[in-house]
Order: sequence, then structure tokens, then C-alpha cells
Amino acid sequence: MRSLVSLLAGSLFGIGLLLSGMTDTVKVQGWLDVFGDWDPTLAFVMGGAIIPMAIAWQVARVLRRPLAGDRFPPAPGAEVDRMIVIGSVLFGMGWGLAGLCPGPAVASLSYGGTGGLIFALAMVAGMWLAPRLRARLDRAVPAE
Amino acid sequence: MQPDWIMGLLGGLIIGLAGAVYLLGNGRIMGASGIIGGAVDGSDRTAERLTFLAGLFGAPALLALVVGAPDTRVTSDIAVLVAAGLLVGIGTRIANGCTSGHGVCGISRLSLRGIVATVFYILAGGLTVTVFRHVLGVI
Repeated sequence: MRSLVSLLAGSLFGIGLLLSGMTDTVKVQGWLDVFGDWDPTLAFVMGGAIIPMAIAWQVARVLRRPLAGDRFPPAPGAEVDRMIVIGSVLFGMGWGLAGLCPGPAVASLSYGGTGGLIFALAMVAGMWLAPRLRARLDRAVPAE
Repeated sequence: MQPDWIMGLLGGLIIGLAGAVYLLGNGRIMGASGIIGGAVDGSDRTAERLTFLAGLFGAPALLALVVGAPDTRVTSDIAVLVAAGLLVGIGTRIANGCTSGHGVCGISRLSLRGIVATVFYILAGGLTVTVFRHVLGVI
């Protein structure tokens, strides 16, 4: 049952990404290009996605448990640590350079050509490296 | 095809519906980087992650066969692709989320961490496009 839910959610996510235009790197970079030919599409995608998701969070408060799970995620932590900022800045730089983020990178694998595949492989390598780099960062620059 | 903003809104609503299904069905936050990263690490919930990724890869592949594949216009500069992929992979794992987890799922529950992450990756992305496109002229 959980796998069926995952398959359905992943499929909807991929279809939404394709239809929204978010697997087109030029549209994504166009949204980030505020000093060039700015493309507002991504704001509509974000806004559209937040509506059902906000409703779902409210429904989750009423339901006691997920339909095929034990519990809902805990409330978000209030603490904003430096990892959020450092990681997001690195991610944003890569996102701007290629116009791809993790969801669209997987969704467009079948039609994104060699370039999309190279990006996805480098991304997976980065994800594998990250826990190792993070441990090193903690040692080099202790948080407090 | 409809105007871009209508397709953006429609696609966005479907993306949000996907997140709603994942939350209300499995009690999980739909974050692409966490799902891919967890599969890379081979940590628990592997079946849940792999079926999600199967849908994320397979459904657009089938849709592309029916309606035609959209143009991704990915750069052919291998150095840019490798650097960008590494930055996205490392950054999203250090920040514990990307556009879907921090952006869509975090903002929709008014998570401060999600909002801060989104502000920083958009600022960094905007600055990167500005510098690499308009100053250096390489992307």
C-alpha cells in the first residue's frame, strides 16, 4: 500500500513537472534572470503547488494518522542553523548554473539527453559525497 | 498549448496534489533530494523511495511518448553540468531539502527553515545567473 501511494505521488509529481515547464532549463534560468528576460512561470508553479499542499497540512491536523502510515511528520523545527543557509546557497548556485533541481532532473531523464544524464550522475555523486563533506565541515568550523 | 502561466499553474497544482497524496497517504514530506539521497545512502524505507522514483521517471516518460517530449534545452557544456550537479547534490543534502521539500512542502506549512532555505537558494540562483550570464557570459 505504501509503495502504491509512493508510485502514485511520484507519477503525479513527474507529470506536474513536465506540464508546468519546469523541466525546461531555459524557463527555470529565465525566472532567476531578474536582470535579463525575466520569465514568471516558476512563480505560478510554486503558487499552484502550495495551494493543495497547504490544504493537505490542514487535513493532516484533523486525521489522526496517515492512511498508510504510522504518524505524520513532526512540527518543523524553529531553529535555522547554518547548514540550511550554506547548503541552500550551494544548491542555488548549481540550480542557476544548469537550470535543474533534483525533481526535474529525474523527471526529464527519459527525454533530457546526455546533458541531463551527466547532470543527474554528478548530482547523485554530490549526494553521496555530502555526508562526508559535512563531517569535515563540522570539524573544520565548529558551530559554536 | 496553453499560455505558459496557465500550464505552470496547472502543473503546479498537480505537483501540490502529489505532495498531498504522499503526506496523507504515507505521512511523509515529498522532498525530491531527500528521496533520491536516501536511495543513494540505502537507508530505510528503500521500497517507498524506489517506487516514488519509478513514478517520477516513468510517468513523464510515458506522457512524453503521448504528447511529445518537451524541450529541456540543457546546456552541452560538460564542465557546467558536472559543477552544477555536484553543487545541487551536495547543497540539497547539507540543507536537507530542495525546491520540493523546503519550497513547496515547507512554505505551505509556514516552516521558518523552509522559508529561509527558499530565500537563500533563490538569491544564490539569481546571483549566479546574473554573474555567469551577464558578467562572464558563459551560460
